[in-house]
Amino acid sequence: MTPPTVSPVGIRFENIDKRYGGLYALRRVSLEIAAGECVVLAGRNGSGKTTLLRIATRLVRPSSGSITFLDRKNGAITAGSQTGFVAHATMVYDELTAEENLLLFAQLLGLAEPAARAAALLAEVGLTDRRKSLVRTFSRGMRQRMAIARALLNEPSIFLLDEPATGLDPQGVSWLAGTLRQMRDAGRTILMSLHGESEISALATRAVRLEAGSVIADTRTGASLPSILAFAGA
Amino acid sequence: MSLFSSTAVLLGKELRTEFRSRELLTTTVVFILVVVVLFSFTFDASSAESRRFAASLLWLAFLFAASLMLQPCFLREQSNDTLSALRLSVKDPFAIFAAKLSANTLFLLLTELLMLPVFSVLFNVPVFPVFGQLVVVLFLGSLGVSIAGTALSAISAQARMRELLLPLLLLPLLTPVLVASTRVTLALLDTEPYMEWKGIGFLIVFDVVFLTALWLFGEYLLEE
Repeated sequence: MTPPTVSPVGIRFENIDKRYGGLYALRRVSLEIAAGECVVLAGRNGSGKTTLLRIATRLVRPSSGSITFLDRKNGAITAGSQTGFVAHATMVYDELTAEENLLLFAQLLGLAEPAARAAALLAEVGLTDRRKSLVRTFSRGMRQRMAIARALLNEPSIFLLDEPATGLDPQGVSWLAGTLRQMRDAGRTILMSLHGESEISALATRAVRLEAGSVIADTRTGASLPSILAFAGA
Repeated sequence: MSLFSSTAVLLGKELRTEFRSRELLTTTVVFILVVVVLFSFTFDASSAESRRFAASLLWLAFLFAASLMLQPCFLREQSNDTLSALRLSVKDPFAIFAAKLSANTLFLLLTELLMLPVFSVLFNVPVFPVFGQLVVVLFLGSLGVSIAGTALSAISAQARMRELLLPLLLLPLLTPVLVASTRVTLALLDTEPYMEWKGIGFLIVFDVVFLTALWLFGEYLLEE
């Protein structure tokens, strides 16, 4: 995969709180991800990683606090359409073919040549041969490739991934690591939640550890990257 | 992409997935057929009683069918979190509702049109002389049911007791539409059929008011 070089965009979370009833999913989270960084969010289940990622996509509205997208000079910009999101679920329709899925989302995004973009992405993720197959017939690894292809349709500057290696075999993890490396090298900002050390976590330029909805360690403030990643696997 | 284009694309997706699996249509048609047949046993098909009760029984059957059809409307979007993908892709979230309620109206109308001949035979009520007028009331009634039902389906899909919640919310909200639709249908099935314009007017107002409310506040129903 050879992604085009993109305009780097960063994210600033300021005093983010997210409450579900009386339960805090996030508590006073302040975090600045610089444009072009590759950041791993680590932490136990329920520590708030998914919520933080979904707030970054604007799928979830924070209870308080603000989120700002930043250009290279840390100036605030509107970047709602520049985010690509790979969730824990595939976010594609099992009842549609691979081609129909990508075409659907390309059309909804208003891309200039949706069919050409869908075909190019299917080729990039190695699913051209299965483009006419229903997604429900795909293996977990193929579904994950579909999820990544869908998230890349609009050539996002910020790529958000929620435990992208879940269910992938070693070959799948290697493919994903290679894909993410190319994205990082192309200047995309990557923020992903991970469990444990892997080929994918090795791409990280920074790691942040969440616990009970709060940031408790950050390599930017002195914590070591291996210690955070090792903790995440515990 | 404009609201109309997004709605058209999403409606295409709804129709493609349904006609590919035929899950909803098959289930609903079989269900409504059983209901209509069971009802028919309780009336003497040659009596005037049949004509008097037929309209309300018909709409009761349609209501059961609608609650069955509307339940999976947003639930299906949850299994793979496709609702999030749609929210990230469309400019105007109302397009998601517009496509779903259009699809629900079409499916409901199709089921009703398939059932009309069966109903006509079993209840000995001639529907073809007033077929055009019946289609109008079926369309307006189905549209009202679909607008309210699609909105409630979005709400109930995120709730814990979702299977119970939808019918619980749907039945009281749809009572005015069902009453109006039944009255108009009753007038059309009379020995001297006539169009009850007051009922038609009420159905149009209901549809416009609920559609406007959905357009204004629908976005909040999709939030997590």
